[in-house]
Amino acid sequence: MTPISIAFLPLTDSAVLVAAKELGFAAEAGLDLTLVRSTSWATVRDRLVYGQVQGAHMLAPLAVAVTLGLSQQPAPLVAPFRLNLNGNALTLSAEFAQALDPVLANRVQDPIATAHDFASAIGMHRRKPIIGVVHRFSTHALMLRYWLGFAGIDPDRDLVLRVLPPSLMVEALRTGEIDGFMAGEPWSSVAVSEGLGQIAAFGSRLWRRGVEKVLATRKDWAEANPDTLDALLGALDRSAAWCDASENHGALAAMLAAPTYVNQPAELILPALSGRIVLGQGEAPTIDPDFLMLHREAANAPSPDHGLWIYSQFVRWGVVEPSDVAQAAAAAVFRPDLYHRSLPDRAQAGAVQGFFDDRNFDTARIADYVQGQRSVHS
Amino acid sequence: MRIAIVDDSGLRATILKEGLAEAGYTDIEVVAPHGGFVARLERMAPDIVLMDLGDPSRDALEEMLTVSRALARPIAMFVDRSDDAMIGAAIDAGVSAYVVDGLRKERVKPILELAIRRFNAFNALRVERDDAITALADRKTLEKAKTILMQSRGLSEPEAHALLRSTAMNQSRRIVEVAEALITAHALLDPPKGTGR
Repeated sequence: MTPISIAFLPLTDSAVLVAAKELGFAAEAGLDLTLVRSTSWATVRDRLVYGQVQGAHMLAPLAVAVTLGLSQQPAPLVAPFRLNLNGNALTLSAEFAQALDPVLANRVQDPIATAHDFASAIGMHRRKPIIGVVHRFSTHALMLRYWLGFAGIDPDRDLVLRVLPPSLMVEALRTGEIDGFMAGEPWSSVAVSEGLGQIAAFGSRLWRRGVEKVLATRKDWAEANPDTLDALLGALDRSAAWCDASENHGALAAMLAAPTYVNQPAELILPALSGRIVLGQGEAPTIDPDFLMLHREAANAPSPDHGLWIYSQFVRWGVVEPSDVAQAAAAAVFRPDLYHRSLPDRAQAGAVQGFFDDRNFDTARIADYVQGQRSVHS
Repeated sequence: MRIAIVDDSGLRATILKEGLAEAGYTDIEVVAPHGGFVARLERMAPDIVLMDLGDPSRDALEEMLTVSRALARPIAMFVDRSDDAMIGAAIDAGVSAYVVDGLRKERVKPILELAIRRFNAFNALRVERDDAITALADRKTLEKAKTILMQSRGLSEPEAHALLRSTAMNQSRRIVEVAEALITAHALLDPPKGTGR
């Protein structure tokens, strides 16, 4: 058995890693898998970069940021496997949500109307609203900025985006430190179940196939250990197929509920898996089968185009200066070659598309794309 | 030199603070990682921030260091990015250090080394305490099992203990596991009075 350690954060989208260990998919592939629970993305990143673990459950934009040297010690990382698509939700306090459509389901179903309502809600608030995001280099933060930017809101001017780890969001909402947050599940469901907030947007409705967490390793490790990586990707593929099957969702939720993993009740973990989300206390669930995708539709296949989209947003928000070198480095984080070496018969990832505003992302015209978005809010 | 310790655990912060004071560092503030702690830190303008690696607020602190105007200079984590041995030791001990104004390595290194030693000392204390708690719980379990044997089989205390020990040895189990099994079985066979049956 080859020992391998992977750091993760307590989130529903750690499911594929957890099931790979708990159900023996990793062991069958000859891997002695240790999952290292962490409480902040900074810790996950450091454990990976400094070699305490070989792999990490990581925000896709953070893998790009570390590679570009934007987040502490620069280290070339690779993402040979996507652990999930979608899975996030925006939760707002009842007070802030008052300005939105009174029918909760309408808010989620019509992100364009909700974006405009959100913009007017900012004006009615006595101060800048404070919205929690899990990390500056997270898909959630990029999606939230994209969505707000569409409605003419400048997220750096019109509101405060405060970074908090996902597990502290609910407490911050309770004490009034934040007016809402965008985070992975189960944290929105936890906030709703405690009557602290209402879900106002699904990530899956803002970007229908949004890249979310990836399995990240250091590039040098991936190159030096091809057999171990192949074995790992094979195990994760089998695990992801199991996790995505609806008949397994109950067992998966119970598995994730353990204190060593998500440490929240199974009934609050199940909604993201089954796509039946309760938007507010006492409401009937809203159905979205794509709320969290763990395997189907080539969900696990990485694509350099996703690195390019993340790069385009880094440029848009001034995190990185546009350059061919940075652009190429961002694309090279995603490694379909490694994925298909282990899993030759799997489908390729599709192009980057499916944004709520139907704007097309053409990888040959990134500068135009960024310019078109900038003009909205400047 | 101003040192900020971001920590929730009173004991760990105290252990670290005492060590730093003994080494001659006196300008030390302990900040609990709650609410507006980032703004407090910003006003404090420390030269170095020490915090528990496992603290969930690390992301918030890094965000502050990225956007803060007051602390606009580049930051170095774990003092020197090339010093792998020290970084490894710091991660193992669970301490992370943020040097917020580019202090020279020679000045920061002793602080971090001391922090690593102190964090290790704290961890040793915690292990000791956990062991003591376990030992106490084990002794209680043992006493309870012996009482059951003494009452149900009319044994003396040494006899009850000997029986538990020989059973454990025969089954290659810890004596406390045998005692637990006995207590569970006893509760099933003979429910305590007053349960409504």
